[in-house]
Amino acid sequence: MSTVVTPGLFSQVDVSVSKKTPYLMAAFAVFVLVAFGFVGKTDIVAFQWSKEEDLIHLPDFLVASNVVGLVLGTVLVAIAVFSFVLAQRTRVTPLWLTLVFGLLAVVALLAWLAAGNTLPFAFILGNAVVLAVPLALGAMGGIMSERVGVVNIAIEGQLLTGAFLAAVVGSLTDNLYLGLIVAMIGAALLSMVLAVFSIQYLVDQIIVGVVLNVLVLGITNFLYAQWLSNDGQNSNFPGTFPIIPIPGLSAIPVIGPALFEARITTYLAYVIIPVLWFILFKTRLGLRARSVGEHPLAADTVGINVAVTRFWWVTIGGLVAGLGGAALTIGAVGAFGRNMSGGQGFIALAVVILGRWHPFSAAAAALLFGFSIVLRIWANQVSPGIPTDFITIVPYVVTLIAVVGFVGRVRAPAATGKPYIKG
Amino acid sequence: MKLELRGITKRFGALVANDHINLVVNSGEIHALLGENGAGKSTLMNVLYGLYTADEGDIVLDGVVHRFKGPGDAMAAGIGMVHQHFMLIPVFTVAENVVLGHEPTGILDTLDLDTARKLVREISDRFGFEIDPDALVEDLPVGAQQRVEIIKALARDAKVLVLDEPTAVLTPQETDELMGIMKGLAKAGTSIVFITHKLREVQAVADRITVIRLGAVVGEAKPTDSAATLATMMVGRAVDLSVTKKTPKRGEAGLSVTGLTVIGDRNNKVVDDVSFEVHAGEVLAIAGVQGNGQTELAEALVGLRTPSAGSIHLGKIDITHSSVREVIDAGVGYIPEDRSKDGLVGDFTIAENFMINRSYGPPFAKGLTIDFANRERIAAELIDAYDVRTPSQVTLAKKLSGGNQQKVVVARELSRELNLLIASQPTRGVDVGSIEFIHDRIIATREAGKPVVIISTELDEVTTLADRIAVMYRGRIVGIVDAKTSRETLGRMMAGATV
Repeated sequence: MSTVVTPGLFSQVDVSVSKKTPYLMAAFAVFVLVAFGFVGKTDIVAFQWSKEEDLIHLPDFLVASNVVGLVLGTVLVAIAVFSFVLAQRTRVTPLWLTLVFGLLAVVALLAWLAAGNTLPFAFILGNAVVLAVPLALGAMGGIMSERVGVVNIAIEGQLLTGAFLAAVVGSLTDNLYLGLIVAMIGAALLSMVLAVFSIQYLVDQIIVGVVLNVLVLGITNFLYAQWLSNDGQNSNFPGTFPIIPIPGLSAIPVIGPALFEARITTYLAYVIIPVLWFILFKTRLGLRARSVGEHPLAADTVGINVAVTRFWWVTIGGLVAGLGGAALTIGAVGAFGRNMSGGQGFIALAVVILGRWHPFSAAAAALLFGFSIVLRIWANQVSPGIPTDFITIVPYVVTLIAVVGFVGRVRAPAATGKPYIKG
Repeated sequence: MKLELRGITKRFGALVANDHINLVVNSGEIHALLGENGAGKSTLMNVLYGLYTADEGDIVLDGVVHRFKGPGDAMAAGIGMVHQHFMLIPVFTVAENVVLGHEPTGILDTLDLDTARKLVREISDRFGFEIDPDALVEDLPVGAQQRVEIIKALARDAKVLVLDEPTAVLTPQETDELMGIMKGLAKAGTSIVFITHKLREVQAVADRITVIRLGAVVGEAKPTDSAATLATMMVGRAVDLSVTKKTPKRGEAGLSVTGLTVIGDRNNKVVDDVSFEVHAGEVLAIAGVQGNGQTELAEALVGLRTPSAGSIHLGKIDITHSSVREVIDAGVGYIPEDRSKDGLVGDFTIAENFMINRSYGPPFAKGLTIDFANRERIAAELIDAYDVRTPSQVTLAKKLSGGNQQKVVVARELSRELNLLIASQPTRGVDVGSIEFIHDRIIATREAGKPVVIISTELDEVTTLADRIAVMYRGRIVGIVDAKTSRETLGRMMAGATV
């Protein structure tokens, strides 16, 4: 609607900082204090920091559930008050404080759920990482594609392709590494279809993405029903990669076993995320890619080939997403199931946006969602009485608060979704 | 470097945009390419820059014939271009923009931004540009962005520099500065092709002038030729862009704006405590360099943006918080600055475009259906009365030339009973014939006793049409002055000086 407006030209509005963050915080803090503290359960909770076999074994920390609620509730109230003070002085609550607040609130909830039980901290964190890996890798594929201006709705299909091929090829050849490579290539080829149709033939990117998702779902469902379910022993029993502890690092208490006793798929994610960040923001290759996603015509006028750049980034993005798919099968459960990705590709899409097209923030967002999945599984086991749906929403509420804490708008690469037509 | 274009021909379907054009630019010469909007100047330069491939003809640099497959080839051959719409990435820094495409790198393909910064500083200092290499381009004013474009071209050792309508976004003073820069570059041996339709600038800076009309060269001219001679060559007939106005019969205040403030997308006051009145039978022009809040002011007046403070009164009626439809029904006509984006639906026919602001009632609709017979009759009348050159009324709007598209918008807005006309950049990108026509219509609206607000960045247009001129700078109105105020004073006001 408006033309290019040069900011910085105009006088800034004296913004009175919105008080919605402090109010939200106060409401949560009081809820925690009352529900988990004053009227909380008095049973003992055992915080289990490490497993017996860990190198440095920390003893379990035993405490009454309501004491945790009272202590953490008080801290939360203090943070909320601090946030009010900041708002009064027209300062915005920093993001890290909001995140700490969310984290503490969730710990209080866990302590309440686990009253009279153990709270396996290391187990929860470790599984959150495993579950976050496919999301994070899918999101990296999405970032690569969207940073050059192609919307990648097909992450779901790429994850599913990767998951299927990894399980089947790994099983038939009895070589998991071969399964991994084929999974990546298969997803890259699928991504190439998206690239060719959206860049060469200028078909609407969203439509191509949706079609690819439906296509992959149909094909894998068909093959699963006709083949894998009858011949599972041969074709769908690949097993999983071995767990490799990293000497030294895995001995770190609490986070060591969670982060550094993992499978190769997880370690590959640890490598890919910083490498992608480095390429995007520190290299010539990344600068050119981002210029294509922001202003393709400008990139063209300085001699950058827009179509070729888009093609390769989208295709390689598929490669990365395919790895994420493999992590679902041979990196986790060891078999393919019908519609295995189950919407995780779409969550990865949300992760891209929540992570603001930035590899590190997206990885953090993926971990948050991974955590939400494991929480649902665990909470169901300890407190069967509580509706799972209630537990499931908690991390999303935390996410919402985190987003409210974000200052400034989320801005996508300017040319995302727009085909580039040369004159 | 000596540039020669020999017999360049470029066709788009049946349209011949460039018809066997010959052009010679000597080393160190400022060569003006003068022509109307749509004459084919930009097409010719896009061919030179490798963005288009010519159907016929040769590009010759220092006697060597070149074939450019893309802008990369053209740049390698020593051609640099400053586009009318800047080719800069807003979220990148100046240094990143300057080196994009030929980046200095260290190990592992890493960007060597220190070298890039040094390069920007070196060129910036050499020509006195005062550009910070680490500033984000989106935070720079347009004048500075243009200098970044020039640095970008010079950083690649451009021997031939093409400037496409470079003064459209500048204040008169900035234009003078740019001309100084051009002369300095030419002295240092750079050949400059200066594309423009502004005669004043051509006379001030050019060494030689080539005039093109309807895609073909009509001849060469000298900068000493009179403006009338140049205009006649450019348009093909004698042009009279002055309008005859009767002395204003100022009536009651038709539009009163008090303390209007609009907050922009980035929490800044894009319209900052603006107050003015426009009387019946008066044209108030809002002048200023593009991007100083004029767009937002216009959008607030017609209800497209919500003001955060202040009031807008149409006569006695308060329309501050009225919806767009209420504003239309109150009799406000609006010619938006970007006709293809906000003024028309390109894929609708002309007849459909005529009815889109009155789609819900007479004369175009009858109950729940469109009154096709009536629409056909009205469309035919409007096409005739407003001289829209079109094969038929069912032609798609996007198929028309810029001038004819604008006439469709003008016809739609002026063909109903108005209490106020707001015209934003009413003649941008329009040929001279259409400019004359549109100006006459705007003046006719004034003579009919209506209040008129013109928003324009073209100082000539402002001084021709206005009874009073309000100059906007950084969201504020610097001052409201008489239309006879000198260009120099207006220029200073456009740069923020108060009178």
